[in-house]
Amino acid sequence: MTAVRVLVGTQKGGFILTSDGSRANWDVSGPLFGGWEVYHMVGSPADPDRLYASQSTAWFGQLIQRSDNGGRSWESVGNEFSYDGKTGTHQWYDGTPHPWEFARVWHLEPSASDPDLLYAGAEDAALFKSTDGASTWTELAGLRTHPSGPDWQPGAGGMCVHTILIDPVNPDRLHVAISSAGVFRSDDAGRTWSAANRGLHSEGLPNPEAEVGHCVHRIARHPSHPDVLFMQKHWDVMRSDDRGETWHEVSGNLPSDFGFPIAVHAQEPDTVYVVPITSDSEHYPPEGKLRVYRSQTGGNEWEPLSAGLPQANCYVNVLRDAMAVDNLDECGIYFGTTGGQVYASPNAGANWKPIARDLPRVLSVEVQTVT
Amino acid sequence: MIRVVLPYHLRTLAGTGREIQLDVEGEASQRRVLDALESNYPMLRGTVRDPATQRRRPFIRFFACEEDLSNRSPDEPLPMLVASGDEPLHIVGAMAGG
Repeated sequence: MTAVRVLVGTQKGGFILTSDGSRANWDVSGPLFGGWEVYHMVGSPADPDRLYASQSTAWFGQLIQRSDNGGRSWESVGNEFSYDGKTGTHQWYDGTPHPWEFARVWHLEPSASDPDLLYAGAEDAALFKSTDGASTWTELAGLRTHPSGPDWQPGAGGMCVHTILIDPVNPDRLHVAISSAGVFRSDDAGRTWSAANRGLHSEGLPNPEAEVGHCVHRIARHPSHPDVLFMQKHWDVMRSDDRGETWHEVSGNLPSDFGFPIAVHAQEPDTVYVVPITSDSEHYPPEGKLRVYRSQTGGNEWEPLSAGLPQANCYVNVLRDAMAVDNLDECGIYFGTTGGQVYASPNAGANWKPIARDLPRVLSVEVQTVT
Repeated sequence: MIRVVLPYHLRTLAGTGREIQLDVEGEASQRRVLDALESNYPMLRGTVRDPATQRRRPFIRFFACEEDLSNRSPDEPLPMLVASGDEPLHIVGAMAGG
């Protein structure tokens, strides 16, 4: 019997939403780690009962939680994220040098094949790796010490590694995205890195086509097309057909090409979802209408999906890690809002309904399809 | 035996009540109490002080005997009444909303 488990990280704890394959009725459990910020909660593709959660507060710092039974119980595991060697400075918002300081883990990315292997994306921007189920962490310092590192600067949310993609064919190939430095690629399991931002154009930079400095909000790919990457940037929706070597814009007819999340349909590699937001100054949907936009042509041609979503007076945002898909034959799409709603569509976006309405501000949404 | 009062989130994390008791080797200081705390409750490692620098987290305060001990040296002896177990050391999360 197939079931779907939606892992929701919020500003005040984690929640697990479960349903059978019909995705008609949902049970909500939580809050887990009540009162703490849960930036991300995710399951291992290799062992769906192995879950990881990033738990933090400004008061008590960073914790990592691990579950080996699908979230019924949790164990606090390794939380020592030490930068490797001497840390220098990056740019602060005002352009002055600022010391590199660990703040929190934004994103956890488990290996597809090994439940004990996972990566953690941190603020200030750094990538950590664990090979023992998050008991211990080692920085892959080649990223932070990239020659452009001293020029990186934080986006509004902080200078974070928020996206980690492991190539499904060659797991030594990694892509990460940093706000606001851009995309970086490693072909040697994270030892060395190169910037992968050619084709990006950002008006807020002294050189709009600079090698680094772009505020990339999220990148996504379909596992069967590892060379194709989709990106939601601060402004612009972008596509790369060569593993991030070059990018081209596919914003097409979107009402706004500003937004945060981007997701790819589980079965259709050219079907892509974004949630347009009015502007960088107005982080809410255009016209107060919450609409997901879908392209079935790999970009450029977009259609609004609004059935079941609020179409008046809606001023929530959908954050970068708060959209995900399940793996069922009729692909389910899920997203959470800053207003605490989690919406689900069991039919690829044709119809939506809230599966949780009044949670704290949603920071992340992940989906497990469990058999 | 040293008595320590924990803030709510650390109580839930450690699965304890409001107050715990710790055996501390030698003269009680902030550092020795925190060493004993982290040894007895490993899940609290890193929550009161930074694991790398050992510095108190900015939103954490230490109070005892109606005094703020937060900015005293971690190696300074704690007040006699704390060392004797008559008064607890309060680990407090700063009031900063949220």
